[in-house]
Amino acid sequence: MTDFSRLGVAAIRDGVADGAFKAVEVAEALNARVSAAKALNAFILETPEKAIDAAQAVDADRAAGKPLGKMAGVPIGMKDLFCTEGVQTTAASHILEGFVPTYESTVSANLWKAGAGMLGKLNMDQFAMGSSNETSYFGNVVSPWRRNDGGKAALAPGGSSGGSSSAIAARLCPAATGTDTGGSIRQPAAFVGISGIKPTYGRCSRWGVVAFASSLDQAGPMARDVRDCAIMLEAMAGFDPKDSTSLDLPVPAWEVGLNSDLKGKRIGIPKEYRLDGIDEDIAKMWDNGIAWLKDAGAEIVDISLPHTKYALPAYYIIAPAEASSNLARYDGVRFGLRDLPEGAGLQDMYAATRAAGFGEEVRRRIMIGTYVLSAGFYDAYYTQAQKIRALIARDFDNAWASCDLILAPTAPSAAFGLGEKNADPLSMYLNDVFAVPASLAGLPAMSVPGGLSKEGLPMGLQIIGKALDEQAVLNAGLAIEQRSGFTAEAGEWW
Amino acid sequence: MTEYRIQGNTGEWEVVIGLEVHAQVTSESKLFSGSSTGFGAEPNSHVSLVDAAMPGMLPVPNRECLRQAVRTGMAINAQINRWSRFDRKNYFYADLPQGYQISQLYHPIVGEGEIEVTLNEKDPDSPTKKIGIERIHVEQDAGKLMHDQHPTMSFVDLNRSGVALMEIVSRPDISSPQEAGAYLKKLRSILRYVGSCDGNMEQGSMRADVNVSVRKPGGELGTRTETKNVNSIRFMMQAIEYEAQRQVDLIESGGAVVQETRLFDANKMETRSMRSKEDAHDYRYFPDPDLLPVELDDAFLEECRASLPELPDAKRIRYEAMGLTAYNAAVLTAEAETAFWFEDLLAEGVDAKQGSNWLMSELFGALNKTGKTLDESPVNPKQAAELLGLVSDGTISGSISKQVFEIMLETGQAASAIVEEKGLKQTSDTGAIEAEIVKIMAANEDKVAEYRSGKDKLFGFFVGQTMKAMQGKANPQIINDLLKKALG
Repeated sequence: MTDFSRLGVAAIRDGVADGAFKAVEVAEALNARVSAAKALNAFILETPEKAIDAAQAVDADRAAGKPLGKMAGVPIGMKDLFCTEGVQTTAASHILEGFVPTYESTVSANLWKAGAGMLGKLNMDQFAMGSSNETSYFGNVVSPWRRNDGGKAALAPGGSSGGSSSAIAARLCPAATGTDTGGSIRQPAAFVGISGIKPTYGRCSRWGVVAFASSLDQAGPMARDVRDCAIMLEAMAGFDPKDSTSLDLPVPAWEVGLNSDLKGKRIGIPKEYRLDGIDEDIAKMWDNGIAWLKDAGAEIVDISLPHTKYALPAYYIIAPAEASSNLARYDGVRFGLRDLPEGAGLQDMYAATRAAGFGEEVRRRIMIGTYVLSAGFYDAYYTQAQKIRALIARDFDNAWASCDLILAPTAPSAAFGLGEKNADPLSMYLNDVFAVPASLAGLPAMSVPGGLSKEGLPMGLQIIGKALDEQAVLNAGLAIEQRSGFTAEAGEWW
Repeated sequence: MTEYRIQGNTGEWEVVIGLEVHAQVTSESKLFSGSSTGFGAEPNSHVSLVDAAMPGMLPVPNRECLRQAVRTGMAINAQINRWSRFDRKNYFYADLPQGYQISQLYHPIVGEGEIEVTLNEKDPDSPTKKIGIERIHVEQDAGKLMHDQHPTMSFVDLNRSGVALMEIVSRPDISSPQEAGAYLKKLRSILRYVGSCDGNMEQGSMRADVNVSVRKPGGELGTRTETKNVNSIRFMMQAIEYEAQRQVDLIESGGAVVQETRLFDANKMETRSMRSKEDAHDYRYFPDPDLLPVELDDAFLEECRASLPELPDAKRIRYEAMGLTAYNAAVLTAEAETAFWFEDLLAEGVDAKQGSNWLMSELFGALNKTGKTLDESPVNPKQAAELLGLVSDGTISGSISKQVFEIMLETGQAASAIVEEKGLKQTSDTGAIEAEIVKIMAANEDKVAEYRSGKDKLFGFFVGQTMKAMQGKANPQIINDLLKKALG
């Protein structure tokens, strides 16, 4: 009997299409795995009936000889930042606990239209703010990975799409949606040894996705290999007139375009990413990545992205600034939590509701964002940060004169233990240092597994491409995947 | 213009006024959503997911609202900014679902322009003054709170939430309540001509924030106060008068004006403090990251310009050139409604002078008597044109036309039908008229003698008698000719 947990997106899609198995069998098998993996806390809400319904519809379509969609029969996990009609959507916050949208986000609707089914709503960092999944109101997600020291220390699955990464690595689902504001797809993918791509800003509609930082938020797929990412991105992307920042461009056939021959491609290695005191394992993995791409026919060139060191501070001004405004709508008036103390007026209700509804990290970022936009500080912080953002984008533009893609580590280390960094927000923020520049520039960027650390934990290689050139990014990812021999899996301890 | 001065104990004071007018843009749907902008609907019946700021909802600009703002800018000869941007103005209030208003602080769609006003637009000799417009920007309206629906709770109606407003900001070029009134009237007239706002202050589709300060003539600018949301021209003039006097009294009694927001109480005819500068919000404006900058191309601008109607000043000058008196031209162009009615009349082939005289005396007179507006007139331009046509082709006399018009107002019948039915056609039958003239001369031999001895004024008496004998239906020109011949 087929172990459906070992099949990826392409394999399930093809098996269903070929009649090798029924979509319902896959959905049932994965529903069972999801419900047996509560120790990982990857799901906020399980929706087995949704997975079954979608699978039955696909099976019926196939029986009727109707054409099947790109994701037909593939059950996936949905990050709980995407609004799903009739299904609770929380952004992992208390303030939205019990909120059931009457509408479906464009990206999730695209996936259902393509034949995918929903196993459940995935846990995440609250409002996508965090790099370890510890800011979720519903408790932290645990990575399926453990260090090779025989200990049982619980590790962070990365964040904010940590429910997605954990569930895929634990083979609860073949793929899941993620969103990436400053690395929230790439860093968790790296931490658990899977692939994930943040496309060019504007490829995926933001309509119906709970906003964190509008100018940076971008949805993307997370899966166990590059091909699966390509398939799922095709299903997710597309112009949406309901999102003014959506790109009015056709969706390329990325899966068909996959080609790991990199002859003629120049790969830039940014010297500014080679930080003093860089983790030894990370540095070694990076060198391996360079060798693999060379082997695939690419030419390696040294490049400079001189404003890199300002990217993280600029990001931690711009993202909180936008968040402080985007999260103003959670006020207890129309939906979600309302805390109305006895005799309270409007202002008291706001204060009580927001104090009770938002977690500490969310409150911290609202405070930072409010501060940097306030009279007298706006120019010193927000305006300066925007200038830096423009300079970062120019750095990349200049780099494209001498290269076609950029290779760098995804994160400065392998996964850290839960609780190790959450006392010090700055050290947590530093985890985003390699991810943030591509976010600020709106460029497509992908993380693929690059190897294991000395502790036996996965590390990720990041490929950054030119705007709209997801194909080149995916191709380089494929070339690495074919050479890295990364087959390691987390032991099934849960 | 006339100098407006407040006489204080320490001498004369000058008033400096600037107006921020909020004008609701005429459009089917809201600024960033497809919801209807209809007035007077059931509470919360015109609310989309975007208007209610549900999680994950995004604004999409309504091109028609931007077009109306651009057309308005063109109508006041303003600079149109080809690149503008929306900003968020952040504050918490229960009528503001997003927790911010989408507005334009840093880069408004319309820049500097000006409006020429006259103190009395119906008096062509009234002096004129140019009032500078600093900018027009487009922004969202808020919802409405209702405090009288429940003993302990306030209710929120989001029907207005997200409706497009133009904020039209004047320079502090206004120096009297009268000028402020004239400015607001002229602005409203232009908006109605352009069709970008219905100018209906009672329904709140146009309201003004009034900035007032006082100073010694020609001196340094004083501290200003802002009186919010004044919703009639009369109230605005009263608010300025009160506020300027209050400031003078305050300063002269040793106090100082505080920069603050005030509101006007129309019942007590006074302004009251709402909040001082210290309590003012820090709105934390920043560019709205959900929206791209607004870029206007040549084709769009050309279409906006081509769609502009002739504006009041140009129309007035043209009417004068057509032979209308300056007074008539001024009155007919002051309001778009009147001008459009008049133009419809001309389009039916009515002579401009005849039409303007009739409209201003007969139609306005009739409407005044019944308390109706031009929109409610029981006679439309086509019907009026028929009536005037009967006069100009000699079918009826001018005096008969007044009778016919009265019947038209009452019954709504067509002029020609009334003339036919009542037998009001004027006669040019010279035999019949001559016969009456003979009779009248015989009955008034003394007057004939007086006339012949040089009392020319008696000619009118004979005309009147003849017309009366003919029951008003004789052609006056023929009466004149025949009488002259008979009287010698």
